[in-house]
Amino acid sequence: MLRQIEGSRAVAEVVSMCRPEVVCAYPISPQTHIIEAVGRKVKSGELAPCEFINVESEFAAMSVSIGASAAGARAYTATASQGLLFMIEAVFNAAGLGLPIVMTLANRAIGAPINIWNDHSDAMAVRDSGWVQLFAETNQDAADLHIQAFRLAEEVSLPVMVCMDGYVLTHAVERVDLPGQQEVDSFLPPYVPRQVLDPSEPVSIGAMVGPEAFEEVRYLAHVRQLQALELIPEVAGEFAEHFGRPAGGFVRPYRTEGAETIVVAMGSVLGTIKDTVDALREKGTAVGVLGITSFRPFPGAALRDGLAGAKRVVVVEKAFSIGFGGVLSTDVAMALTGLSIPVSTVVAGLGGRPIMGKSLAAVFVDADHGRLGELTFLDLRKDLIDKELARMADRRRSGPTAENVLRDAQSVLPSLT
Amino acid sequence: MTDDAPAIARAVGTGARTTPGDSPVGQPVKFYQVGSFAAGNRLLDEAHRSVQSTLGRTNSLTSGHRACQGCGEALGARYALDAAMRAAQGRMAVVNATGCLEVFSTPYPETSWQIPWLHSLFGNAPAVATGVAAAYRAKGRDDVRVVGQAGDGGTVDIGFGCLSGMFERNDDVLFICYDNEAYMNTGVQRSGATPPGARTATTEAIGREPGNPFGQGKDMPRLAMAHQIPYVATATVAELHDLEAKVEKAMSLRGARYIHLFVPCPLGWGSAPHDTIRLARLVKECGLFPVFEAEHGEVTSVSKIRRQVPVEDYLRLQTRYRHLFGSSEPGGSEGRPDIVERIQRIADANIRRLGLLDETLDEGPPPDGSGGGLSDRAAAGVL
Ligand SMILES: Cc1ncc(C[n+]2csc(CCOP(=O)(O)OP(=O)(O)O)c2C)c(N)n1
Ligand code: SF4
Ligand SMILES: [Mg+2]
Repeated sequence: MLRQIEGSRAVAEVVSMCRPEVVCAYPISPQTHIIEAVGRKVKSGELAPCEFINVESEFAAMSVSIGASAAGARAYTATASQGLLFMIEAVFNAAGLGLPIVMTLANRAIGAPINIWNDHSDAMAVRDSGWVQLFAETNQDAADLHIQAFRLAEEVSLPVMVCMDGYVLTHAVERVDLPGQQEVDSFLPPYVPRQVLDPSEPVSIGAMVGPEAFEEVRYLAHVRQLQALELIPEVAGEFAEHFGRPAGGFVRPYRTEGAETIVVAMGSVLGTIKDTVDALREKGTAVGVLGITSFRPFPGAALRDGLAGAKRVVVVEKAFSIGFGGVLSTDVAMALTGLSIPVSTVVAGLGGRPIMGKSLAAVFVDADHGRLGELTFLDLRKDLIDKELARMADRRRSGPTAENVLRDAQSVLPSLT
Repeated sequence: MTDDAPAIARAVGTGARTTPGDSPVGQPVKFYQVGSFAAGNRLLDEAHRSVQSTLGRTNSLTSGHRACQGCGEALGARYALDAAMRAAQGRMAVVNATGCLEVFSTPYPETSWQIPWLHSLFGNAPAVATGVAAAYRAKGRDDVRVVGQAGDGGTVDIGFGCLSGMFERNDDVLFICYDNEAYMNTGVQRSGATPPGARTATTEAIGREPGNPFGQGKDMPRLAMAHQIPYVATATVAELHDLEAKVEKAMSLRGARYIHLFVPCPLGWGSAPHDTIRLARLVKECGLFPVFEAEHGEVTSVSKIRRQVPVEDYLRLQTRYRHLFGSSEPGGSEGRPDIVERIQRIADANIRRLGLLDETLDEGPPPDGSGGGLSDRAAAGVL
């Protein structure tokens, strides 16, 4: 059914249709609307049987999910940013134990400086945790990926994180085709756990493992990610057949035929990038886009296939590894090993900085002319940087950087456009 | 064995002997056991015997684990969980925090759990237990009971936030703290439950205030009570009947319940493995560890001290307090009687606050560690 609906509400609708039995979360912007809506459904009895638990921290939220999942319940939670970091020990633990928890990550920057707006630093911080990480481009995508997430998680016994851009998606009202309960039921069978706390068959879950077997247990987690790699296109195919629209999968090419420059990105920024590419194509610039849906497991082969015809690749990403550079672009470069296709990184949209089509177009044209450097920070205000660097060079006690830059930004703002 | 006679005589109250299995119906049984609990058990009717003495006990934590000799935690866990298993009619799952208990019980082939058991992290056992309970409830399996457990560190320090949340929500979990008064698993470092004066690896017996400072630490049972949860109890591994009775009582209730169990650690305390039970007995008899029960924030029963002993009797058996006592060797230290005195004042304050001394009590043989007392509740047949 087509509805004009907020992204968070759409996710809450489909999550409820997936019949989670335990939902436990701790509020943090921009995830709040999701859990509020699911909580309402549980309280009203619309979603039953389901236990909705208000806890005292994200660490507890993930821990409750771990307990619930280990006791055989379908468990769901949602968080963002600082919340994800607060629960990080349990995030790794859930994956290590192989518990198929599904979590929405309403992507948001990580402080300090504290910032509630969107970027992908939170998701990237846990990329090695063992979770499957899927990125939604639109709210339709976000809704559809959640349904697939439960299927995937339970089939490979791994937790799945559905990443959706905070505010840009979570708070955007747009048209979403929501499935019916029966459609979801026939796609998503009840959860049958691989391991469960069952008094009639006692097992120990979470035993200590020493050097004699640790590597093997870890390797098996990798194997399950590789199984997910096989399953992702299968589930996406089945989903398309079942619901009548494509969603999920590894990568999504857009106007890549004949493209000399292919832009790679994840999440909602793909919309802006596609618009920019359309405009550039009209002017004769051979640019295409490859959107990544599955970041973990990383679809190296699919990327290689999708990018093999390009002369160069530009990775636009909303996070970076401080002291190094791009995160996603490193993975992309790995996928292209041996193809001698240069990969440039464009870091954009940190802490909610708007990613403007105009700025992207300039970068893509630079790339097309072979002028784009290895690492570019989109719309970085060099004046502010220089001012703070000068201040730091000038005196030891230059003060807190964030406050300095903020003050400068406000005072210099009128003179800039 | 000759020591048994007066104990048994006292047990039956009249001085008359009873045959094994007899129970002195209608009168409080007060007796000191000597050597083993089996003797005491034989004086009670079958329904009142300890779970540990029954063939049907679960052995939740069975033999083969790698705890140190004389480990109070290993003993306490089996006692408590077997009693809980009986109360739950075998339908139970346990969530364990990281710590000695988890480490000594799981590595293959020493895996020793015979019940559904889950270990996640050091600081999250109460929340994980909440999740397990929620899952059973959602699945309509209210009959399966959930126990969470941790050492004192996992309870009063790193797990405190999750525990307080679990209490505050009144989640249907019995949480047991095995209090050995330090982080044992990582090599005996101080925790928020380490008593003043005690030497740990991070509160060495050096400087002007040797050992753990005074004026610090958390009184976890009282903090639990402040949450107004249905049931809070303290117990020691020295009093099996009392412990089992409290576990059973806790299991008869729903909502958040808390048992704080005192478990000596020979390795961390520098005590002889054979003194584990003696220490657990002395800590109560000197007043340093009050044994009591509380419901909804109110103390409902206290286990009286039968004959008060000075804290020194308890402290001297442990090398973690060695610096408090002088050496008789020429030129040896004089010790720190002032610190012993300060510890004594803590015991005295506990005794006053909870009315742990009751002059009307019978006098039994001195609690020198060779005998033992049932708590009054247990002794009164409220088993
Ligand atoms: C987050 C985290 N911090 C520290 C540790 C290291 N650690 C493991 S067990 C433990 C001490 C456990 O102490 P306690 O809870 O009192 O249990 P005990 O071993 O004394 O029975 C510590 C510090 C850990 N595993 N996880
Ligand atoms: S160190 Fe202490 S708590 Fe740990 S196993 Fe040894 S005696 Fe038990
Ligand atoms: Mg301890």
